[in-house]
Amino acid sequence: MSTDEHPVTLTVNGRRHRVRVESRKTLADALREDCTTTGVHLACEHGVCGACTVLLDGEAVRSCLVFAVQADGADIVTAEGLAHPDGSLGPVQEAFRACHGLQCGFCTPGFVVTVTAMLRENPDPTDDEIREGLGGNLCRCTGYQGIIAAVKHAVANGGVQ
Amino acid sequence: MSTTEFHTEPEAKHLAAAPRFENKAGRFIGQKVVRKEDARLVTGHGTYVDDVVLPGMLHAHFLRSDFAHARILSIDVSAALELDGVVAVLTGADFAVPEGSLQASMMKLLAAGAPRPKDNPLALDDVRFVGDPVAMIVAESRYVAEDAAELVVVDYEPLDPVVDYETAAEASSLVHPELGSNVAGEIALPFDDHVNGLLEGAAHRIEATFRQHRHTNVPMETRGIVAAFDRYSGELTIHVSSQNPHEWRRRAAELTGLDTTAVRAVQKDVGGGFGQKMFMLREEAAVICAAHRLGAAVKWIEDRRENLMAGNIARIEKGTVTFALDADARITAATLDHLDDAGSYGSSGGAMVGMLLTGPYKVMRNVWKTRTVYTNTVGRAAYRGPWQFETVLREQMMDHVARQLGIDPVELRRRNVVQWEDLPFTNPMGMTYDIVTPSECLEQAVEMIGYDAFRAEQRRAFAEEGRLLGIGLGLYVEPSAQNVATLNTEGATVRVSATGKVDVYLGTGSHGQSIETTMAQIVADELGVDLDDVVVHQGDTGQTPFGGGTGGSRTANIVGGASAMAAQEVRAKVCAIAAHLLEASPEDIEVSGGNASVRGTPAKAVTLAQIAVAAHDGVQSLPAELDVALEASVRYRHPDVTWSNACHASTVEVDPATGAVKILRYVVSEDCGKMINPMIVEGQVAGGVVQGIGGVLYEHQQYNDDGIPLTTTFMDYLVPTACEVPDIEYGHIETPSNTPGGFKGMGEGGAIGAPPCVFNAVADALALVGAEVFDQPLGPRQVLDALIAAGR
Repeated sequence: MSTDEHPVTLTVNGRRHRVRVESRKTLADALREDCTTTGVHLACEHGVCGACTVLLDGEAVRSCLVFAVQADGADIVTAEGLAHPDGSLGPVQEAFRACHGLQCGFCTPGFVVTVTAMLRENPDPTDDEIREGLGGNLCRCTGYQGIIAAVKHAVANGGVQ
Repeated sequence: MSTTEFHTEPEAKHLAAAPRFENKAGRFIGQKVVRKEDARLVTGHGTYVDDVVLPGMLHAHFLRSDFAHARILSIDVSAALELDGVVAVLTGADFAVPEGSLQASMMKLLAAGAPRPKDNPLALDDVRFVGDPVAMIVAESRYVAEDAAELVVVDYEPLDPVVDYETAAEASSLVHPELGSNVAGEIALPFDDHVNGLLEGAAHRIEATFRQHRHTNVPMETRGIVAAFDRYSGELTIHVSSQNPHEWRRRAAELTGLDTTAVRAVQKDVGGGFGQKMFMLREEAAVICAAHRLGAAVKWIEDRRENLMAGNIARIEKGTVTFALDADARITAATLDHLDDAGSYGSSGGAMVGMLLTGPYKVMRNVWKTRTVYTNTVGRAAYRGPWQFETVLREQMMDHVARQLGIDPVELRRRNVVQWEDLPFTNPMGMTYDIVTPSECLEQAVEMIGYDAFRAEQRRAFAEEGRLLGIGLGLYVEPSAQNVATLNTEGATVRVSATGKVDVYLGTGSHGQSIETTMAQIVADELGVDLDDVVVHQGDTGQTPFGGGTGGSRTANIVGGASAMAAQEVRAKVCAIAAHLLEASPEDIEVSGGNASVRGTPAKAVTLAQIAVAAHDGVQSLPAELDVALEASVRYRHPDVTWSNACHASTVEVDPATGAVKILRYVVSEDCGKMINPMIVEGQVAGGVVQGIGGVLYEHQQYNDDGIPLTTTFMDYLVPTACEVPDIEYGHIETPSNTPGGFKGMGEGGAIGAPPCVFNAVADALALVGAEVFDQPLGPRQVLDALIAAGR
């Protein structure tokens, strides 16, 4: 095994993880393998599909395009961390369920994180802004109909705050 | 336009004509209830195969061929084996699997005796496509396994690749030399005097050739497997990403020589498949064999490049269609010359394309031939409506014929479509349609899209502004829940637990279809319990009855039938015990709201929980003749194909400067019988439609002339995003089928109707300036080529 390992501290959904990672290990792999956040999904590993999207210090990023060592000291929120502490669904998650915004669910955590970031930045997006905001995430099941409806539903129900 | 405006309730005109249907007013069936699956999936707590971690688990990676066609002269794995963390490096010779072990059970029956390539999880002597697995590295981590792959040295002798399927049959190079030909299969129905007479005596005889291009399924979760073999217990457990866990169990047993009873296939959540995961492909077989050989747990998760390069091809085929029409533009005969590309290891849907060519139209005769060829590309696999080229050909032909004859395409369809009065209607291939509404769906779609008004606007926009607007239709009948081989039957076990909660065990392999919700809706209604009190278990062959897999639009009526019948049997037992406890006759007991009560005396009731306690803990106080097993296992045998139908309509604008196509509106009128959950029906329609739109306008799995794949990333293989898709408008016509519950299948339909619908709309726009298109895709380049050819 490689001896090229670095200590990294990642705060994931409020919990601190001190892990040792190879410099080439992606943040996505570190989150999945070392921090138990398997809601981070890998569907392309080249930064196009958005399934691995997480909030890195509040900003939506593709965790397959970030090395874990680059995230040292960062505060990370994944789809797991967007549920309420009692386990009930967060507002975006609830909207996805209400509007059938998911089928197989594989792309869904990435969409939930993306939409959360979108609505924090722009709490009342136009239809075009919604589509533009979703344009960096791929879904193969829903035809995006339920996802677009879910964003509107979340906005109508008070957004993400 | 709202859905409800166009919603035709089951009480409408067709109900009287379908007397076999018992319309139960369900509390849950027919309701847009939210899904049971969702809480875990929206919070990232689903369990997909890559989330399965076993103690000591090893990781596999495949070294793949860079050549489309070459002979392997030697493979040197010694340097790779030296790398720390590498456990094994296996090559083709290490995988001597029994002949036929990779062939799906269903195909063993349907294609018995047909020549097929040798079963080899890894390339043995020749590599047959770029991406063909050549060596498998098993290591302590995927990173190390990929490092080791770079140390494997393969010496190849390049051979001529066969890339173009249209010339493959004549190519001197053979994809599978042992088969002696690149022709994988051929079926031809003979012409006879009758059909020749129809063709020769026709008022109009029109021929056209259409091509569909290579594209692929693209489930968001790629393929993957964790196989674990315990040498001491003799148990092989495979955690799979499949649509068909029971079939995978059988494959695993046959590959390893283990008894099926020693093999357990398990899947929890699966991130889509669309046909790609219906049957096991070679890599998964290799992982199973490696785990068995090593006595270890081995994980392989396909990456996206592998999925686009070595997953599967689909849709690539061409057909020359001839329609004979009488003077009133009624089609009397149709002929088809069809060719499809099986890739290196693949199947064909050619016979179904021929069988279904005439679709919803009253055509007297249909004669066809189909040929499938091998090429040095990835193997073909099913993709949502694997035979949908019949609808592509027919519906594009309908518009072509309409233009040739100067008839409106809606009018041409009206003159030919099967009407309710014609049912049951037997098509020229002997397939009988009943309880279908293609004419009604056609009219609903035409009304919803505002056909006549759009035609007027199209003329105005062209005359006044030179804009190219177009409108297209796609009308079809779909043989949902086919009655062949393994696909005929499904089992269900319904069990009331000691607390009165209900467990349902199904042999399904759900990968997005919402089966945990829809089947619970059915069982909850049958047992009169709350939806929350029913839990559906599936995807584990250790606890579920045998099933034929989730695909082929078969779940709603076959699994639904099994679920309903099992629940009915349990209900009878519940009522018998309740009758004893309430001192009433079983016939007078009704179940609802979690209670069993005496009809007309609702106060005289026991809860299902009380009945369950009596049947589990208080058996000694029940009469000996009372059946206290509050469970039933039923195997539903599907009597026949259940036909569903739909009509798609879309409007587009073509930009003559860029060749870009913008979809303005998209309408689907669908009849899938009684809808279990309209929200889920519409979700299935939408997903299929957008895959169809993607196929026509954006997706193109390309190879160069040397057989090198050019679209192995999502930057090159363009899956539609939210920015490209229209708002989809739904119309529903509910004519209940003659199966339990009145359901019809509909999961594939969106992807069947959308391609010709979009194609026809674009062709309609281009026809304004005399431009013609016959082949998909219709990307900007192809649209501009057509405009240039027309002198624009």
